[in-house]
Amino acid sequence: MAARLTLGPLLFNWSADRYRDFYYRIADEAPVDRVCIGEVICSKRQPFLQECIVSVAERLERGGKQVVLSSLALPTLEREIRHDWELAGSGRIIEVNDASLIAALKGRTFHVGPFLNVYNEATVEYLARRGARLVALPPELPTSSILGIAGARGDVEIEVWAFGRIPLAISARCYHARAHKLSKDSCQFVCGNDLDGLAVETLDDRGFLAINGVQTLSYTYANLIREVADLADKGVGSFRLSPHTCDMVAVAQTFSSVLRGNLDCDEAMVRLEELRIGAPFSNGFLRGSAGADYA
Amino acid sequence: MRSDGAPFEIVCPAGTPAAFRTAVDAGAHSVYCGFSDETNARNFPGLNFSRAEMCEGIAYAHANDAKVLIAINTFPRAGNLELWHRAVDDAARMRADAVILADIGLLAYAAERHPQLRIHLSVQAAAAHARSIDFYVEEFGVRRVVLPRVLSIPEITQINAAVACETEVFVFGGLCVMAEGRCSLSSYATGKSPNMHGVCSPASHVTYREEDGELTSRLGEFTINRVGRGAPVAYPTLCKGRFKTALGCGHIFEEPASLDARHLLPQLNDAGVTALKIEGRQRSRAYTGMVVRAFRAAVDAMARGDPMPEELLVGLTEGQQATSGAYLKTWR
Repeated sequence: MAARLTLGPLLFNWSADRYRDFYYRIADEAPVDRVCIGEVICSKRQPFLQECIVSVAERLERGGKQVVLSSLALPTLEREIRHDWELAGSGRIIEVNDASLIAALKGRTFHVGPFLNVYNEATVEYLARRGARLVALPPELPTSSILGIAGARGDVEIEVWAFGRIPLAISARCYHARAHKLSKDSCQFVCGNDLDGLAVETLDDRGFLAINGVQTLSYTYANLIREVADLADKGVGSFRLSPHTCDMVAVAQTFSSVLRGNLDCDEAMVRLEELRIGAPFSNGFLRGSAGADYA
Repeated sequence: MRSDGAPFEIVCPAGTPAAFRTAVDAGAHSVYCGFSDETNARNFPGLNFSRAEMCEGIAYAHANDAKVLIAINTFPRAGNLELWHRAVDDAARMRADAVILADIGLLAYAAERHPQLRIHLSVQAAAAHARSIDFYVEEFGVRRVVLPRVLSIPEITQINAAVACETEVFVFGGLCVMAEGRCSLSSYATGKSPNMHGVCSPASHVTYREEDGELTSRLGEFTINRVGRGAPVAYPTLCKGRFKTALGCGHIFEEPASLDARHLLPQLNDAGVTALKIEGRQRSRAYTGMVVRAFRAAVDAMARGDPMPEELLVGLTEGQQATSGAYLKTWR
């Protein structure tokens, strides 16, 4: 069986209209097996999505996708914990992004998201005993670690970050608010201005990072189109595509075609380059070199 | 409150045997340190302890009524868990007073193999809420958690009211602006990360270049800062650099400031914090001695009900900006 494709949770602050339109199109057209939804980065954004998230989930399910609810990456407030524990009570599969949620899932199966630190087979083994059925690995892991984990754990599906800006850090401080000289408490949701994040360049004009509220991402877009088939052969069960404003249906079609053996890598690369995302691709983490590199 | 009347346990860094003895002599209640390999998060050249040095250090500390906490707080590499397991086994055998761990798999190993060994949860685990801490306490018997530097004092107060273990907070030294253990900025620029290699913005990847009368500091292939001739040059730690966005240029993440929470000791005491952690295993013996003496004097003054010694730490942060970090909510 070909490896699966997961569309990760939208990391950016999009309007409810854009959010709904995006996911309806994914539901109808994108060849992905699973779609993670829910706000992962900043709980202040959650109220805006409440009105449409149920209809989005139902539409995705009608489109044949498994819907997974992603939890917050760094909950610190009571209401944030309450929100995550309510997710756990929803009956849908939960993607756990912080240890605070594990106890809420006692006796149930769940997925582990890329924000929970899983660096080795012993941690996967522990999480599998607690009910984890899929573990999305942190994007900084090199191939040797990925294969070491995938080879040791046949019973847990291992997922690798394959497309999109790479989550690199999360903080209590909101860098979007700081860049706009606002405080986090009165942020005016300025993160909503930058649909793929606010580019951060070095003083000599080289694209380096991207700011998304309290999160920092890579400026480059991870692109493992040349590596996914080999990783799948060696036991990686799933690949994650992270939503951006570029044509994500085309991205999903390209990865799906390569994984099914219907498209060669050079042609696939041409299709991804034609998306004109405006930033370079990277795959350096896989080789254990600087994550920003591409080879 | 400790049995000796001190309001806090002072937990001090030691990167070398000499700094270790200096910290104990200066009045540290506890010293934290690591083995000289990638099992600890300060895996710098020339730093840390051989097995023999660790044994000697533990004997010296115990003879002087101080404790030793061994940091084994990187995330074990897949397929090579043995190095980390051996570190935990050796710490138990040497009768270390606690190990400081972050990885879930390693916590499970230590709890199962060494049930008598006291476990502290490293800041690298980024347990930022009582529910996270509960998980580590209930699953692995963690006795103390080192809180991430993302929490305000009211949040720390709430945590202490809710959890069944002690808390330890950073009060002085380097300041991570990102949640610790959740940051891959360093490996994005260099391939070397805190979580996997125990290094951040490593010196091996730093270069300085003078051009047009300005000094440019780089990490890997990325310019981190550029200053005019004669201006002070801060070490190019990635998150303290100057960068550009469409909104302007500057210290996008944080100024090159270090954490200084000495004026918050009474509030941290009210918040129920057990231990104060001083950052800086990479710092000199003289620095360690000076900071430890100053904090010990402050804690002793608090125990007597005396005001904080005003000269406390004067000079240690001179020329460098200091911040109270996330303890005050305005930082965010």
